Amino acid sequence: MTDRLADEPARGPDHGPDRAHAVPAGAVPGGMAVEGGTPAPPRSQWWDVWDQFKTHKGAMAGAFVFLVILLGVILGPWLWSIDPQAIDIRARNSGPTLAHPFGTDQLGRDTLARMIAGGQTSMAVGITAMLLSLVVGTAVGVLAGYFRRLDGILMRLTDLFLALPLLPLLLVIILLFRDRLRAVFGPETGIFLLIVFVIGITSWMQTARIVRGDVLAIKEREFVLAAKSIGTPAHRMIFRHILPNVLSPIMVSATLGIATAIITESALSFLGLGFPSDYPTWGRLLYDATDYLQQYPERVIWPGIAISLTVLSVNYIGDGLRDALDPRIRGR
Amino acid sequence: MLNYTIRRLLISIPTLLFISLAIFLLLELAPGDPMAQVPLTVPPEVKQAMREALGLGEPVHIRFWKWIVQFFWTEPLHLFDSWFGTAWAEGQQRVISWQTRSPVMEIVAQRMPQTLWVVGLSYIIGTLIALPIGIISAYRQYSIFDQIGTFVSMVGFSVPTFFTGVLLIVIFSVKLGWFPSIYDTTLVVNDWSSFVLQLKQMVMPVFVLALYNAAQISRFMRASMLDNLNQDYVRTARAKGLTERVVVLLHVLRNSMIPVVTVIALGVPTVFGGAIITEQVFKVNGLGQLLITAIQANDLPMVQSLTFIFAVLIVLFNLIADVLYGLLDPRIRYD
Repeated sequence: MTDRLADEPARGPDHGPDRAHAVPAGAVPGGMAVEGGTPAPPRSQWWDVWDQFKTHKGAMAGAFVFLVILLGVILGPWLWSIDPQAIDIRARNSGPTLAHPFGTDQLGRDTLARMIAGGQTSMAVGITAMLLSLVVGTAVGVLAGYFRRLDGILMRLTDLFLALPLLPLLLVIILLFRDRLRAVFGPETGIFLLIVFVIGITSWMQTARIVRGDVLAIKEREFVLAAKSIGTPAHRMIFRHILPNVLSPIMVSATLGIATAIITESALSFLGLGFPSDYPTWGRLLYDATDYLQQYPERVIWPGIAISLTVLSVNYIGDGLRDALDPRIRGR
Repeated sequence: MLNYTIRRLLISIPTLLFISLAIFLLLELAPGDPMAQVPLTVPPEVKQAMREALGLGEPVHIRFWKWIVQFFWTEPLHLFDSWFGTAWAEGQQRVISWQTRSPVMEIVAQRMPQTLWVVGLSYIIGTLIALPIGIISAYRQYSIFDQIGTFVSMVGFSVPTFFTGVLLIVIFSVKLGWFPSIYDTTLVVNDWSSFVLQLKQMVMPVFVLALYNAAQISRFMRASMLDNLNQDYVRTARAKGLTERVVVLLHVLRNSMIPVVTVIALGVPTVFGGAIITEQVFKVNGLGQLLITAIQANDLPMVQSLTFIFAVLIVLFNLIADVLYGLLDPRIRYD
């Protein structure tokens, strides 16, 4: 951290806090460059993180599986050109064949194509909802940690949200607002926005708590005091000095957030209150397949495995990231 | 300690009030009309009278106040009456379900045993499995047992309960035919064969939930044991010549249990909420299933009461966890 001080132009104490100070262009973003007089070429901390991450076998396997699933879902429509909505009633309920490797459903729709389409929705919901909850959680955490006046009220709010019965409330909210949003944004966008918003708004609390704790600790460090003493305004302080240093917990909760969001979306679809049947997600496919559990039990397996593998790989990535971003472990 | 407990108790009252307000206002926005099923031949003024009979004619704040009074005063009085045979709550309006026109709390009381049996038993079993696994995993860190245990808990934690449940049904009731796929709540246990049937139908839902809970708790247990195993007092205990058994099971375990006990207490209400899915998979007609049907039938008093019961459970177990933490770790009390 000390190199930042050397880079800052010297300023007198008479500059008011409102006066913006120019940050030198040479300042290292992230502020975590290797310190000390080592002769080795400067290495960003992200190389160290990557080196540590590589040693975690589970995390590497998880990253590989997750990338494969992600690529398969994104590139799938080009490789497998059957329309997921195309009904071929004569080929209904077929088992795995060359034309339909995963079989077809009760209307003759190709299961592989539906799995790809469902994966796109599930992944999109997972990632968007994670981003939303991350933004809210980080904002609440940083504000509560940095401004003492906001701390009490924001943390009370977080505690209140933690005390809400989330799954019942999610169900109720979706039931209440589904039709209105459908009327405004159309059937598909409406339900997508609603589900992303609802999941995002109910899963930010853990991130907020962790970020607040870290901000409280970083606020007491010398480099923050130094930056404050040369009159850095609050917004620059947060974006330049605080946020880069709380990036690690945010990244870990980001990965874990994807897993929670995908599971929540599937659970909602599974309870029949998520996406409609003609707009498949993995959870919805699983739910539809349970109706034919006695006759075609293999149909529940594909979406179930897809959800489980994705969540498992994301959780392993999160585990590996947590170890890799922890400097106490990284040294060893 | 009493002081600490009372302080915690006082904090939870505004929390509960705020949550009840949030739930109430959310349901105020409900577009559904409880009169939608009434035939069109019923004249509008009769409909208006029926609406008022349901308590829908008054402004929001008055209805909120009435609901609070019903929930916090009338219903406990009724409970008291039914326990001790008094008649204090005679003639006071109770919370009535729009679906069945009977008091919500009576239906809840009917459904409670199923949920408690399945969910409660699975939580206890899950905890009992998780604790030894966590202890051994931490004591033999990086051994084969630890690797397998970590992997299994990762899987149990990642695979959603609606998939494990469905998978178990496919394997054990469709293919093998060992267990029934539907939980029959009308079954009366009065002899050995019906007891076996009851056990059989409970195996799968209990297993699904127990696996999920065990996965989470064993991870906490392992982490907490690992934190303590390297402490100085452990070295001191070993240096004194105590046996490994005493060191691990008395010194380390007791200290590691402090965070784990609170985690277990905090997990209880989430299990009630999460059991909604498992109940749906195995068709257990417990509280979760009651909530789903009430949501689909637009039965607002029922949804309100159930959501609020879940909220009360969360606040209550938060309180229990706080008090337990203070009881087990004296340093917390004096903060």
